[in-house]
Amino acid sequence: MLAGTGNFTENTRKALEDAALQKALGNVKRGFIAKRAKARAALPEFETLRDEAKEIKIHTLAHMDLYLARYEAQVKRAGGQVHWARDSGQARRIIAGICKAAGAKSVTKGKSMITEEIGLNRYLQAQGYEVVETDLGEYLIQIRGETPSHIIAPAVHLNKEQVETDFRSHHKNLPPERPLSKVSDLVNEARQVLREKFVNADVGITGANFLIAETGQSVIVTNEGNGDLTQTLPRVHIVAASLEKVVPTLEDASTLIRILARSATGQDISTYTTFTSGPKREQDLDGPEEFHVVLLDNGRSGLPGGEFEDMLRCIRCGACLNHCPVYQSVGGHAYGSVYPGPMGSVLTPLLQGVSEARHLPHACTLCGRCEAVCPVRIPLPAMLRRWRMRDFAKKPPLAKAKLGLKLWVFLARHPALYRLITTPVIKILALTGGRKGRICALPFGGAWTDQRDLPAPQGTSFMARWRKGERP
Amino acid sequence: MSAREAILGRIKQSLNVSGDDAGRKHTVKSRLETHPRHTIPERGQLDLEGRIGLLAEILEGQSASIAPVAKIADVPEEILRYLRGHGLAPALRIGENPVLRPLDWERAKLEVAAGAADTHTLTGCSTAFCAIAESGTLMLLSGPQNPATLNYLPDNHIVVLKREDVLASYEEGWDKMRARGADIPRNVNYISGPSRTADIEQTIFLGAHGPRRLHVVMVK
Repeated sequence: MLAGTGNFTENTRKALEDAALQKALGNVKRGFIAKRAKARAALPEFETLRDEAKEIKIHTLAHMDLYLARYEAQVKRAGGQVHWARDSGQARRIIAGICKAAGAKSVTKGKSMITEEIGLNRYLQAQGYEVVETDLGEYLIQIRGETPSHIIAPAVHLNKEQVETDFRSHHKNLPPERPLSKVSDLVNEARQVLREKFVNADVGITGANFLIAETGQSVIVTNEGNGDLTQTLPRVHIVAASLEKVVPTLEDASTLIRILARSATGQDISTYTTFTSGPKREQDLDGPEEFHVVLLDNGRSGLPGGEFEDMLRCIRCGACLNHCPVYQSVGGHAYGSVYPGPMGSVLTPLLQGVSEARHLPHACTLCGRCEAVCPVRIPLPAMLRRWRMRDFAKKPPLAKAKLGLKLWVFLARHPALYRLITTPVIKILALTGGRKGRICALPFGGAWTDQRDLPAPQGTSFMARWRKGERP
Repeated sequence: MSAREAILGRIKQSLNVSGDDAGRKHTVKSRLETHPRHTIPERGQLDLEGRIGLLAEILEGQSASIAPVAKIADVPEEILRYLRGHGLAPALRIGENPVLRPLDWERAKLEVAAGAADTHTLTGCSTAFCAIAESGTLMLLSGPQNPATLNYLPDNHIVVLKREDVLASYEEGWDKMRARGADIPRNVNYISGPSRTADIEQTIFLGAHGPRRLHVVMVK
């Protein structure tokens, strides 16, 4: 399930040449970024809330063991069960065990990145369960046999023409004459097909955006309402969540909710935010008979107090993906990991080891936009740099690169020599650039100029111009 | 060692703390008991009229509709007007709701069924516990009076809300819930508009899985 990160260079080349993908990625740039900016501008307290959200997370992480224990006690009090899973395999076995004990045949799922992380769908399907994703985006990629390319918009890489083709080939009862060219046609078609799945499911599995220690509630946010149907209609409801989702109180959750949707989709709040504890109460007319929470560790328990602790603050809003120039260019699949983009490049090596995911921390220009928009102010660039240093220490670069760096360090330490050498080089490059000021081909620089032009220097250095008395 | 012990033990080891340090336990206990508030946005901090205005503005911006009625007895008539206006069948389903059940539905010629929703239910009707002005959010508590399926399964959802229950912030809603004294219900549902999706090309479309329409009847 966490495979393919090793092919990053090849993946990016394919992604850049994929015209349909590039068209779809345009929607990320146009949509999410403008919507977040608008939501931020409409709430004067936004930056203060970000500071407070960060503090809430720092406080929670410092007391994570105690808050988790309290959450567990409150779930039990409400009649639910809590299962602890050290790794993906254990989590999969626990969930399959619950399905088996319930005599289940079909399982519906609300959107959950944790179940992606543990590779749940394939595992359950191999055991004979019908597993249906109900978030529209997740459903689209499920019938294509793909993984999410974005943590909150899993099908952001698709265009509506591709969706129409998929529906026509997968929905057996769909009359060929029915029009499916509009987004509304496609959504209605999915609504009809999935209704039946909702009602007939034996087990519903959702994720959790937050786990509230005070009350034992898990929180999901959706716009479609699919999460609520998933957790209300079947006999058994399973919540799959990782440890760091826990927050102390309803007040803490409220602050985080205020920044979550604004950072993600630019909404004040998602259409549906649902706080759930335990199975149906005795008098209730609907709701599941059983309620289970599977708490996944997968290496997270080793992070508090360490140099990657800050990553546990992440609330999975996707803002860092939306604003990342690398993500915008290649999309989520190129990363080859469950979690793409800046947060994925930091988290994936923690989950699957730096040697497996060593390309990811390098897929970054260190431009800093991700940190600038992160609602809980995770220092993503600094952490990516930390991974690079570890990778460097483990696997030194090629001799050629090493020699180049040594040479540069030597020159940088001898400014007079540096100027002596660079002055003629700058002049030559400026001449090569000609009137256009661009260089289209460069000996030894093919890797750069194959894809784009190199802006030519202007002819003199900053130092030289300063000495001549030029001032900005 | 159980997975639970192993995980909690590893967290403590990472944090470099022993399990029984009184200071940390006290900090946690006090945070849970006092549940301190953080910054609450100014935008909802208005008088009742202002809060109602903001709630309506945001809900309408999210493609919901809202209509005032003078007294609870007027609710059936308003619902009939709404259903007719949208060419919908004059029928709805309600839970074992002590506010809605006693109303004179027959006089408004509305066919009312009781219980949880099923796939044939076209219109569900619930009562809100309160509403949150700052984000245009209705807060509903699940239970026999408001089966959660009524919120999500029907094509149309109608929510009856009392004017004085329009609060400024989420925090006020939580305080109101705590003041009930009773145990919390299985679901606390925040609803801030009809169901929607933007999963195909970021184009917003209403009625993804849940209701295509949300109508709020506000009672004086």
